[in-house]
Amino acid sequence: MATIYIDNKPYEVKAGKNLLEACLSLGLDLPYFCYHPAMGSIGACRQCAVKVYRDENDTKGKLFMSCMEQVRDNMRVSIADMEAREFRAHVIGWLMTNHPHDCAVCDEGGSCHLQDMTVMTGHNYRAYRFDKRTYINQYLGPFLNHEMNRCIQCYRCVRYYKDYAGGKDLDVFAAHNHLYFGRAEDGVLESEFSGNLAEVCPTGVFTDKTLKQHYTRKWDLTMAPSVCHHCSVGCNTIAGERYGTLRNITNRYNGEVNGYFLCDRGRFGYEFVNSAARVRKPLVRSQLPEASDKYTALKAASSAIKAGRVIGIGSPRASLESNYVLKKLVGEDNFHHGVSDVDHDLVEMALHILKEGSARTPSLQEVEKADSVFILGEDLTNTAPMLALAVRQSVRQQPLLEQVSKANIPVWQDAAVRELVQTEKGPLFIAHYTTSKLDELATQTYFDTPDAIARLGFAVANFIHPDSPEVHGLTEEELGLAQQIANALLAAHNPLVISGTSSGNERILKAAANIANALAAREKSAVISLVVPECNSMGLAMLGGHKLESAFEAVLNGYADTVIILENDLYRRASAATVTEFLDSCKQILVLDHLHHATTEKANILLPAAPFSEADGTLVNNEGRAQRFFQVYPTPEEIQESWHWLAELGTIMADEQISNWQGYDDLVKSMAEEIPALRGVKKNAPSSDFRVAGQRIPRAPHRFSGRTAMHAGFNVSEPKPPTDPDSPLSYTMEGYRGQPPSSMIPFFWAPGWNSVQATNKYQQEVGGHLKGGDPGVRLIEPAGTAAYSLAVPQKFVPLGGHLYMLPLHHIFGSEELSNQSPPIMGRIPAPYVAINTADAIRMKLDEGDLLSFSIEGQAYQLPVKTSHTIPSGTAGLPNGLPGVPFAELPAWAILNRDIKWKQQPQTTF
Amino acid sequence: MEKPLTQHIVPGRKPLDLKAYEKVGGYQSVRKVLKEMTPTEVQTLVKNSNLRGRGGAGFSTGLKWSFVPMGPDAATPKYLVANADEMEPGTFKDRVLLEGNPHQLIEGMIVAAYAIQASISYVFLRWAYKLAAKEITQAIQEAYEAGYLGKNILGSGFDLDMHLHTGVGRYMCGEETALLNALEGKRANPRAKPPFPQVSGLFGKPTIVNNVETLCNLPHIINNGAEWFKKLSLTEDAGTKLYGVSGRVKKPGCWELPMGTTIREILEDYAGGMQDGYLFKGLLPGGASTDFLVEEHLDLPMDYGSIQAAGSRMGTGTMIILDDQTCPVGFVHNLQHFFAQESCGFCTPCREGLPWVEKILLAIDRGEGKPEHLLTLDFHTKFLGPGNTFCALAPGAMEPLQSALKYFREDFERHIHEHHCPWSIAWQPSI
Amino acid sequence: MLTAQEKHQIDHEISLVPTPQNACIEALKIVQQRQGWISDESLKDVAEYVGMSPAELDSVATFYNLIFRKPVGRHVILVCDSITCWVMGYEDIRDHLYNKLNITYGQTTEDGRFTLLPNCCLGTCDCAPTLMIDNDLYRNLTVEQLDEILIKYT
Ligand SMILES: Cc1cc2nc3c(=O)[nH]c(=O)nc-3n(C[C@H](O)[C@H](O)[C@H](O)COP(=O)(O)O)c2cc1C
Ligand code: SF4
Ligand code: FES
Repeated sequence: MATIYIDNKPYEVKAGKNLLEACLSLGLDLPYFCYHPAMGSIGACRQCAVKVYRDENDTKGKLFMSCMEQVRDNMRVSIADMEAREFRAHVIGWLMTNHPHDCAVCDEGGSCHLQDMTVMTGHNYRAYRFDKRTYINQYLGPFLNHEMNRCIQCYRCVRYYKDYAGGKDLDVFAAHNHLYFGRAEDGVLESEFSGNLAEVCPTGVFTDKTLKQHYTRKWDLTMAPSVCHHCSVGCNTIAGERYGTLRNITNRYNGEVNGYFLCDRGRFGYEFVNSAARVRKPLVRSQLPEASDKYTALKAASSAIKAGRVIGIGSPRASLESNYVLKKLVGEDNFHHGVSDVDHDLVEMALHILKEGSARTPSLQEVEKADSVFILGEDLTNTAPMLALAVRQSVRQQPLLEQVSKANIPVWQDAAVRELVQTEKGPLFIAHYTTSKLDELATQTYFDTPDAIARLGFAVANFIHPDSPEVHGLTEEELGLAQQIANALLAAHNPLVISGTSSGNERILKAAANIANALAAREKSAVISLVVPECNSMGLAMLGGHKLESAFEAVLNGYADTVIILENDLYRRASAATVTEFLDSCKQILVLDHLHHATTEKANILLPAAPFSEADGTLVNNEGRAQRFFQVYPTPEEIQESWHWLAELGTIMADEQISNWQGYDDLVKSMAEEIPALRGVKKNAPSSDFRVAGQRIPRAPHRFSGRTAMHAGFNVSEPKPPTDPDSPLSYTMEGYRGQPPSSMIPFFWAPGWNSVQATNKYQQEVGGHLKGGDPGVRLIEPAGTAAYSLAVPQKFVPLGGHLYMLPLHHIFGSEELSNQSPPIMGRIPAPYVAINTADAIRMKLDEGDLLSFSIEGQAYQLPVKTSHTIPSGTAGLPNGLPGVPFAELPAWAILNRDIKWKQQPQTTF
Repeated sequence: MEKPLTQHIVPGRKPLDLKAYEKVGGYQSVRKVLKEMTPTEVQTLVKNSNLRGRGGAGFSTGLKWSFVPMGPDAATPKYLVANADEMEPGTFKDRVLLEGNPHQLIEGMIVAAYAIQASISYVFLRWAYKLAAKEITQAIQEAYEAGYLGKNILGSGFDLDMHLHTGVGRYMCGEETALLNALEGKRANPRAKPPFPQVSGLFGKPTIVNNVETLCNLPHIINNGAEWFKKLSLTEDAGTKLYGVSGRVKKPGCWELPMGTTIREILEDYAGGMQDGYLFKGLLPGGASTDFLVEEHLDLPMDYGSIQAAGSRMGTGTMIILDDQTCPVGFVHNLQHFFAQESCGFCTPCREGLPWVEKILLAIDRGEGKPEHLLTLDFHTKFLGPGNTFCALAPGAMEPLQSALKYFREDFERHIHEHHCPWSIAWQPSI
Repeated sequence: MLTAQEKHQIDHEISLVPTPQNACIEALKIVQQRQGWISDESLKDVAEYVGMSPAELDSVATFYNLIFRKPVGRHVILVCDSITCWVMGYEDIRDHLYNKLNITYGQTTEDGRFTLLPNCCLGTCDCAPTLMIDNDLYRNLTVEQLDEILIKYT
């Protein structure tokens, strides 16, 4: 700690920080642009100037850029000094010389850092009377809009896009006051994290193009804290609504999870909520063509359940609550996981590893701090994008710990650090069968079959600790690599092993677990991060349930005849033939979902379920962190949370426990009490009767406008605002004006801080944890009881006439919900099958030629993409991509042409 | 009068080749430091000689070197860079040394490299110096062949490589940290200091950047000692200095004279005084980014201390003369156009402020100036000072402006009140 | 397409620096030497060769005023427009060139012979006004000499 004097008042601040961070952390208002807590300082904008005095006797002082000054004990500073204020106002004046002053038509207006800073500096008269320079804007793809004239050249976009996120197609061009931030030519921004530009940019240069389609000012949005439903990382989001449609997703800062950023799937995948494919009315097929109403549907459903022998199929994309109530309703024995059997086993295994292993699973922020990383069988950019972004930061750790601290350069001195470190990176090893965007950072990559990856992993574990089983028959090269990886992990302060379920290979998971456990046995503070398929895969596994296969068997064997399917398209979980056979054998099919799909087509009774934005619930991410999401707005239609429907059914059917629930809180309490693993969920957020000074937390900012007028087109009498029975949030602007508990922040706003930079005011220190702790409750801590797995696989042997089909994943295209979002649709690749380049030559196939094959009776004919990394004898099939029918992968595909692998020289295996 | 730097330079004649250079004592200093002196001794000698950097800032060369980490733990390789970017308007002194005696520079660079134990060195030459490029390329080649460069120089165990790097424009590249970025193949934005290049410079390694003239002094200091060097000067600041004069004088040119020669002497004795029909109005003592001096300053000795005391900087020591028939507003406008154009665009005040200043000056010059324009100019001179902008370019730009506003304010006001440039003959009253 | 010789030269520059990207300016110079300017296509070729994206390389290329990202004539005239040349009346030289070549700054003559560009101080202020055509420096210029000088460049 250090004592500094700001305008003659002493403050205790953290030593080593820069002065700007220190001032902001103290809650003082000091304007800035080029600084960003996640990216440090470069001193370009000169907005953060303060007076610094040599000592008590120095009355004159000198202007310094606070972001570039390290706090020193007894430092004397003035923010209020006239000259400093004048300078800061002039900085705005300079920036305004070329700014178009088009706030009225600018999407950033009302959440604009430039507006906020302009007001903060008190610059209000324009002295510049000459021409302004103008630019031509670029087309940047479906996600972002470009309006270069508004640019204030703070460099944050390039620093974020290039330096932080590793993008290569956005840069700064030209010099002096002709700087241009954009692409070399018009085109889609390639980075999977491009959307963050909209928040990183302090003005309206990069704005959310999807918001533009149905534009609403921030102050006119009704917002709620939400959790991203598009992968297992569980980034915290803010979802904004107006006129009953979801308008945008922005980042909700969580100091342990996503920090300041989101991936593009998470940010732009939301539009499925507004899609025409939404189920908005209950439907009882026997009563068609009449649409049904809620009570008819409930009646039909309850009689169907009463009459039948019922099983339930849950969903990894539905909330814990919905799955739990379904489980209650159908009974423990009849609850099945609505996931493919491969996924079921793999997620269960992942859960087992996290629970019984010796290594903790890290938060994303801890991942960033890892100084040695080994990734087995995951293409993170496509399976857990934000984890990939965190790994990208982690390769900076070792140079930071060694060189930078030796040179005595504070880490926030961003440019200086990068100039010192140049291209040096810490150890990162990636073993996979396909390339990934992180490969460019890797110390070594290893491409081979999943079993070979597992074998390498087992070898690494064995090198780290001899109790982990040995692997026989590795090549010299593989042994060398295993040793190198083992050494790098052992040499690190915070070694990290990353793996997951996306390769469909449990041996890879076991190998990863062995490495982590071996490291722990060597007294290293090792951590292990495992990616699971969907947003609540982990929660579903913790809830427990049977495999999907047994659900099919139950009906086919006549044990059951009625099925309740929760938020699930079974055609994405099992082969079409199996699912059709199953559904055709059911007497009654009840489906709850928010989108129409192949399974809802078959439903006898379809209940419109609320998607995330219209629902309250809890998800458990891959870290085992339970996170609460809140309804953004109640829909006027007959849509409600699945758990709500199911609880109503339970009440109608006089289920003793369910009928006793008075609301959401009781449900959660019952779940937490019943399932010990989920006990922590209760502490996730304050209960619905929580009030601050008797008031609710408003979802709408206090400048929300048009409440009386917004429905005047339908009815001149203003409707009574709905009240929220399930949370302490109000749907209006009325309520407590101060800061809510960290788990319930509907938007970041503070007086003078309308932009997202207001986040500063909610943090314990800038860039640190939220006040009151970051949201979410970690449910899993390792017991350290697991023994080393002995399941070292054999080498892969190719099979004549076959290809071993491996799953490939796409950030845009592999996930069900975001695939229904128009901007994402524009980025989904065309269906293909990836085969080894040498195999393609052997099969006389050129890029783009069609390859016919079948998997478990499902026939495929797909254009070929050749790959140098897909191992010979295997192939890659994109998972979940529209136009690629489901197959449970990995699996042998039978080629419709004969090919004899035996004749080939054995390649790497 | 001793002229160590230019003694072997004859304008218009090819520079001495290696043999000839050796014959007049060339490379003796290299032999001496390699055989007889430790790097620290070289550093101390240079510090004692009072040699101050000739690139403009006048920082003590020996002191600058002493910040380079030495010893076995220091990062390697270390770099030495000769700053031969010379793009400051009105400055043409390094050209003389580069074209006239490249071996002298190479010799000085070897000495400097040895003093900081650098193993790789660069000459960062501006693009326009074609002849210099040719001569230096040849001289480096000769030096390699003679064993003054390369591995194990003269059997001393000291290695040094030397490369010529020619720039592709931009005045910014002369700023030492921007220069490093340019050498690394990046945009020539300056870098934050600290960390100083001495610690984290080229490719993140310890680096010294010295001006050509600074480096050319080194062989002579090594050969003749610190006391000799100090005695070359007439004042506190040691050595000789290459002074230049351009503008409406009879004999513009560049001369090596004892440090501290008075402005008047340089102007009258060497530059031959003002051209007939022109009167002296003011001068920039050392390139475009120094404050104006006027008549009353003519008897000042041209050294760092005296010029600074008069409110200006000696800068590069090459003076630009403003005569009575040249409009001071136009003069300053030309300078600001240059600085605005050459701003790297990194920091706000410089990127946005200089074009604004330029536009105002143009407006004033055209007779479209307004009284409030002067206030805007004043706040720029106040707020574009050192520390307020990221590097010294914009503060440099403000020096001629602020002093013009001080010494020639009536001329600015006349433009504004009379709505035309009093120096423009083309102008006719409109009524 | 980079020629074999260009690749050879670039390889040499790459051998002198820690990473190929560090040699990107040298690579641009080499290509500009042959082609006179850096076309979008050349930019992509060079970028690929040194392992950069076109945007990253263009960011560097567009910073420097002597990397030409637009076609130039067979000869490039750089007129010094800095202070001493201005004092010494370079504007007459410039205007004469404007009239004579029928172009202004930034333009190329119709026959592709000359491109005219302003340039900051050429470092020969004692001989102002000055200009450079390709590699040749002309000092102490008068308008009268210009025609004769231009003839030398075809
Ligand atoms: C904008 C700017 C341009 C500069 N240009 C040059 C230059 O062309 N040549 C030079 O030697 N120094 C130049 N300098 C000064 C250098 O930054 C640096 O101080 C000098 O090279 C150090 O050498 P010295 O210590 O030998 O003087 C420039 C400084 C600035 C701020
Ligand atoms: S003062 Fe600022 S914009 Fe100007 S050259 Fe220096 S860093 Fe660049
Ligand atoms: S925030 Fe300090 S200079 Fe930009």
